[in-house]
Amino acid sequence: MTIKVLGTGCLNCKTLEQRTREAIASLNIDASVEKVEDIQKIVAYGILRTPGLVIDEKVISSGSVPSVDAIKEMILKHALQAAT
Amino acid sequence: MKATTFASILLTAWLVAYWFLADAVDVLVYGFLKMDEGTHLTSAVYFFVYEAPKVLLLLVLVVFLVGIVRSYFSPERTRTILENKPLLLGNVFASLLGIVTPFCSCSAVPLFIGFVEAGIPLGVTFSFLIAAPMINEIAVVLLFGLFGWKVALVYVGTGLSIAILAGFVINKLKVERYVEDWVYSIRSQSIELQAQTVTFANRVQFGFDAVRDIVAKVWFYILIGIGVGAGIHGYVPADFMASVMGKSSWWAVPLSVLIGVPLYSNAAGIIPIVHALLEKGASLGTTLAFMMSVIGLSLPEMIILRKVLKLQLIFIFVGVVATGIVMVGYLFNAIT
Repeated sequence: MTIKVLGTGCLNCKTLEQRTREAIASLNIDASVEKVEDIQKIVAYGILRTPGLVIDEKVISSGSVPSVDAIKEMILKHALQAAT
Repeated sequence: MKATTFASILLTAWLVAYWFLADAVDVLVYGFLKMDEGTHLTSAVYFFVYEAPKVLLLLVLVVFLVGIVRSYFSPERTRTILENKPLLLGNVFASLLGIVTPFCSCSAVPLFIGFVEAGIPLGVTFSFLIAAPMINEIAVVLLFGLFGWKVALVYVGTGLSIAILAGFVINKLKVERYVEDWVYSIRSQSIELQAQTVTFANRVQFGFDAVRDIVAKVWFYILIGIGVGAGIHGYVPADFMASVMGKSSWWAVPLSVLIGVPLYSNAAGIIPIVHALLEKGASLGTTLAFMMSVIGLSLPEMIILRKVLKLQLIFIFVGVVATGIVMVGYLFNAIT
C-alpha cells in the first residue's frame, strides 16, 4: 500500500504526515508513506484544500487533519475495498 | 457525554461568566487590588483585566458558532455554486461565500487552480480570495467587542464592497495572460470523496475543533495586542493621535495603507492596538484603512500566490485592493 500526504509544508501537512505514520505503525501493516510537496503534483489530484491524504492514488481526504484513529479506519476501509 | 449536551452546559457557563464579568473586574481591581480610581496605572490595568477575558469569551463563542456554520460549506461546494454565475452576481456570491467557506491561505494555490479549471472567471475567484482573509470571524468579534456592532457592520460592509468591486475591476482588466502558463495545462483528476452522513453532533464537534485550533493559534496575539492597547489607553494623552492619524491630514490614509500592506498580523493582534489608537483621536477612516490593509493584504499570501500569478498580476491585485481600501478610508473620514 502506498500512502501519500499532499502538502506544501504548512503545519497541518506535517501533523498529517506524522499521524499517518503513527497509524501505520500501530496497525502494523506494510505501507510506505510519501510526502508530495510539489504544488503541480498536488493540484493534479484535484484537491482544493491541503493537506490531502491519498491511498494507492485515490484521494481519501482533503482539507482536514483526521485523528490517528480516523486515519486507521480509512486505511482499513481502503484495504477492505481493495480486497473485495 | 454527547457533544450537544456538553455544548449546552458550556453555553450556560459562558453566559454566566459574560454577565458577571464587569462586576468581577470591579471587585478585583478596586476591592482586591485596592487600586485608586483615575490613575494611569489603574486605567491601563482595568483595560487589560476587563478586555482580555471579554474578548477571549466572545472569540470562543463566535469561533464555535462559525465552526458549526462552516461545516455546512466547503470549497468544493462553493465552486459548484460559483460555476456559471454571470459576472457581477458571481462577484457578489464569491465575496459572501468567502466569509463562510473554510479557507486558509496555505490552500490558496489549489483553490485558485480548482476554480480556474472549473471555468470560474478570474475576477470572481479574486473576489473570493479578497473576502476570505479580510472578513473573518476573529475580526468581526474583536470589532464588535471593542467598538460595538456599528463599526463591526461597517467593516463587513466595506470589506464586502471592496471584494466585489475589486474582483469586478480585475475581471475587466483582462488579466488572463498574467496567470502562470502551467496553471492552464493542469488537468486534474476529478475526485469523489465518499459522502459521509454528518449529524448535528458532528457539526458541534467541528465547532469544538475550530475553537481548539483557532484559539490555540491566536490567544497569545490577542493578549499582546490588548497589552499594548492597555498601555496606550492608560498612558498616551488623549487626542495625541489626532495630529498623526486624524482627519485633517490627507496623506494619513494612503500612508496607513502603505505601512499596512507589508505589515502582517492576524486580526487578533492588530485590532486591540487599533482600538487604543482610535480612542486617542485617530479618525475612523484612517484606522479602518490601516486595519484592512494589515489583515486583508499580506506578504505571505502574495508569496504563495506568486506560484500561480505572474508578478504583474500580483501588483494589479494589490494595487486594486489597496485603492479600494484608500477610498473606504477617505469615505469614512468624510462622513464621520
